[in-house]
Amino acid sequence: MTETLVQEPGTEPVKPSRPSGEPLLVVDELTKHFPVRSGMFGKTGLVRAVDGVSFSVQPGETLGLVGESGCGKTTTGRMLVRLLEPTSGKITFEGKDISHAKGAGLRQLRQDMQIIFQDPYASLNPRHTVGRIVAMPLQVNGINPPGGVKKRVQELLELVGLNPEHYNRYPHEFSGGQRQRIGVARALALKPKIIVADEPVSALDVSIQAQVINLLRGLQRDLDLAFVFIAHDLAVVRHFCQRIGVMYLGKLVEIGDRNSIYERPAHPYTRALLSAVPDVTKMGASGRIRLEGDVPTPLNPPSGCRFRTRCWKAQEICATQEPPLTIKPNGTTAACHFPEEGAIK
Amino acid sequence: MTAPASAPNSPTTTDKDPYLRVNDLRVQFPTEDGVVKAVDGVSFSVERGKTLGIVGESGSGKSVTSLTIMGLHNTKRARISGEILVGGRNVVGMTEEQTRRLRGRDMAMIFQDPLSALHPYYKVGAQIAEAYKVHHPNASKAEAKKRAVDMLGRVGIPQPARRADSYPHEFSGGMRQRAMIAMALVNDPDLLIADEPTTALDVTVQAQILDLLEDLQREFNSAIIMITHDLGVVAQVADEVLVMYGGRAVEFGTVEQVMRRPQHPYTWGLLASVPSLHGDSDADLVPIKGNPPSLINLPTGCAFHPRCRYAGRNGDRSFTEVPELHQVLERGHLVACHLSEADRTKFYAEDIAPSAGVAQ
Amino acid sequence: MVRFITRRVLVGVATIIAISIIVFGLFFAVPSSPAKVMCGKNCDPASIAAVETRLGLREPIVEQYTSFMKGVFVGRTYAPGTAFERQCDAPCLGYSFRNDEPVTAILKRTVPVTISIVVGAAILWLLIGVSLGMISALRRGTLFDKIAIGISLTGASMQVFFFGLILLYGLVYATGWLDFPSYTPFTENPLKWAQGLILPWVTLGFLNSAIYARLSRAQMLETLSEDYVRTARAKGLPLGRVYTKHALRAAITPIVTIAGLDIGASLGGTFITETIFGLRGLGKETVEAVNFLNLPIVVATVLLAAVFIVVANLIVDLLYAVIDPRVRLS
Repeated sequence: MTETLVQEPGTEPVKPSRPSGEPLLVVDELTKHFPVRSGMFGKTGLVRAVDGVSFSVQPGETLGLVGESGCGKTTTGRMLVRLLEPTSGKITFEGKDISHAKGAGLRQLRQDMQIIFQDPYASLNPRHTVGRIVAMPLQVNGINPPGGVKKRVQELLELVGLNPEHYNRYPHEFSGGQRQRIGVARALALKPKIIVADEPVSALDVSIQAQVINLLRGLQRDLDLAFVFIAHDLAVVRHFCQRIGVMYLGKLVEIGDRNSIYERPAHPYTRALLSAVPDVTKMGASGRIRLEGDVPTPLNPPSGCRFRTRCWKAQEICATQEPPLTIKPNGTTAACHFPEEGAIK
Repeated sequence: MTAPASAPNSPTTTDKDPYLRVNDLRVQFPTEDGVVKAVDGVSFSVERGKTLGIVGESGSGKSVTSLTIMGLHNTKRARISGEILVGGRNVVGMTEEQTRRLRGRDMAMIFQDPLSALHPYYKVGAQIAEAYKVHHPNASKAEAKKRAVDMLGRVGIPQPARRADSYPHEFSGGMRQRAMIAMALVNDPDLLIADEPTTALDVTVQAQILDLLEDLQREFNSAIIMITHDLGVVAQVADEVLVMYGGRAVEFGTVEQVMRRPQHPYTWGLLASVPSLHGDSDADLVPIKGNPPSLINLPTGCAFHPRCRYAGRNGDRSFTEVPELHQVLERGHLVACHLSEADRTKFYAEDIAPSAGVAQ
Repeated sequence: MVRFITRRVLVGVATIIAISIIVFGLFFAVPSSPAKVMCGKNCDPASIAAVETRLGLREPIVEQYTSFMKGVFVGRTYAPGTAFERQCDAPCLGYSFRNDEPVTAILKRTVPVTISIVVGAAILWLLIGVSLGMISALRRGTLFDKIAIGISLTGASMQVFFFGLILLYGLVYATGWLDFPSYTPFTENPLKWAQGLILPWVTLGFLNSAIYARLSRAQMLETLSEDYVRTARAKGLPLGRVYTKHALRAAITPIVTIAGLDIGASLGGTFITETIFGLRGLGKETVEAVNFLNLPIVVATVLLAAVFIVVANLIVDLLYAVIDPRVRLS
């Protein structure tokens, strides 16, 4: 199922391509199960890392995926760029089914779709110069840009705010924030249409985080890039994404535009998540929703609504019937039998 | 509430003596590349029942400070000077055996990653019992075990008697941090140092752990040092805040003073660069330019000057003279900055107060 | 636990069967016939045929293999119905092509030699190497550490034949302090057994100590920087307890693995050591058998070595589970 876009006029700078055009990326009932062996001779269990997730991304749109560890957001991201093979479900990119693309199809896809990783150090080869790292996607794909590879690489370095003269330096000569910029330059080398960013700023110091967020925002605006931005930090996501999907235990529980999600979310989990974030503008812990316990194991998720074991509104129906994603009165699309209404506080 | 003793305008201690008092602490590590000045003249104090938040980025010296208080640095490799008074006893210069007797009994610590901080080979209950037994040599094994189970129950672990026999890897992240807290509090310490205790945890679990620490503090009346890079966490739990940069304290005050009326350009920068759940989400964040300094080659003068928008507004003092903490605006609010009172008030009113990050 | 052992034993048996097939096949792929080797230079086709009949080499290879395996478990009869007929009881590994001695008898003679060498040396290298490495790690940067590193670097870069010969020259030929190594069964005279094996023990033990000292030092240093060691200190445990109870146990785990596999592999034969010190162990026997194309001995020793490694693996896995609760035997 594909959720409906809820467009609120005047809330955001509306991009011409966004409301009416074909979506760039459509994800339909995407599922990834990892088999795990427990016990001898068979008796395999299934980790339901992602369990039927659907959403779409318009060209130039930024979609955030948030949730706690084990919610499946990273696995989803890896499937989008096909670093992981989906167990079932369909990924459509520009109208083409890429769920199981191989060979030339996959190579073409890698040009249009790039990924940025969390750890800027681990994802850069320490023995290669920055020039070589950024040029790698061009060479692998046999692309010879006008003016030569070196010129293109230097343009890219400049674009991400690095000194193009540093072409011949090695990753260890850069700080964490600069390394993440190198990762961004590499991702931009092939002029992708969409970038999957997996926790791109969570390994960085606070003051550096803001630099990288601003850089990504600028690039997104200038190059009209679409983003799937995966993060656990709700405040970071709020500053980057136009639309946000909230995941819990392999399911998308709520999705909607930024203002609706942050100001009047329908799903109790979204409310709890927002309420748990310690905010610089709030002193003390008053008025916080306390969630009991931990996230259950994806090996054996609760029946019905997966959040019901920690939900203060849970009733009998929540255990027996899985709530479908439907448009709620507040404007978001949420999977809840007893959605919240009205604004937060 | 007290201020650093070495600061010129510090108000004198009034009612109670603080349990922990750090005076002009310096910690240096000689390395092949030069001397790392990890902590460079830091002073502060914490009372029982109060929480001091120490905020800073990586390399600010906040973690080194806490490990030094605990006496966990190798004295052969670290050069430590200054005074650390724990309940009146100076930890600096103590022998390993003397600090060992204080560790775990009078002062305890919880760490960032509870999975790696707990020993993978021993049962959770046994690890807590061991912490009890080492300071209660006359306690029997059964008593220590019972105490461990009690503590697990008090930190909110269901079925503590059964879970005491589990191994750390059988616990979830939040449960492990609860177990670490149980272990730290098993001897009822007067000082608890929490070094980024929730950074590795999910946000809903972080909220649980912060609540738990607050509840336990009320119960045990211990002094807490909360070390974190997360200003939101500080705003929530701290009574007083110490902002560190390049191994030095740059701002100190009550949480209200530092978070709502910050006076140091670095604190301004931190607050403006943190994304918030409130305010204008379309406005760009205002990052601090550049990178945190190397502790081997600290910038001259004010270590923050290469990243400071206001460096040079007071002659060349920022570049040549290390600023000392001095009182601004209110009693107890200390700032190490060369800006004149008039300039600071002006910049704060014009540039900082209107932006989204600072609490209104 | 039981299921784990069963599964591992089954896997081990399968491994050994696979190895036996490969070895059997390989040696029959060799162009020269063992019968020809056996019957000497002036040999007529008739005597070759006779030898082949006697050894059962005329049957197709698959049948030879199955009768070999049958011999191992239930015994077999060679050349039934002919003049050469003889009964070989289980476990029958055949007869040496060279002197017709039963292979089992050869193994009975040579295996204790190799086991004696390896066990003695292993005790030395584990005790000396591991403690040296651990102490080095705890005293990192001191003179003790530097000397230990120096010695172990020298040891690790030396070879058995070099160091063994130096010892032989210094302690036997030049000074006469020790007798030339010889093997006396332990059951016969334990003192003589030990006396005769001192040189190979010291040689192998010293060289492996060097390697184990470096390994243990690295492991211990890594463990000492672990968070849980810091936690142990933060609890107020005395340093001795921190090192022994918390650091040592974790540091020793990978060493157990490597030691188990090393010992298992050495039991398959320590050819160079045996040759230098003139001891007829499994290694020497195997190499000679290979040179003479003495198929039954080669197959038997290769299989035995495989059994040693499989068993060592199993023991290591079990030990691992005892040491580290995160390893679940399933």
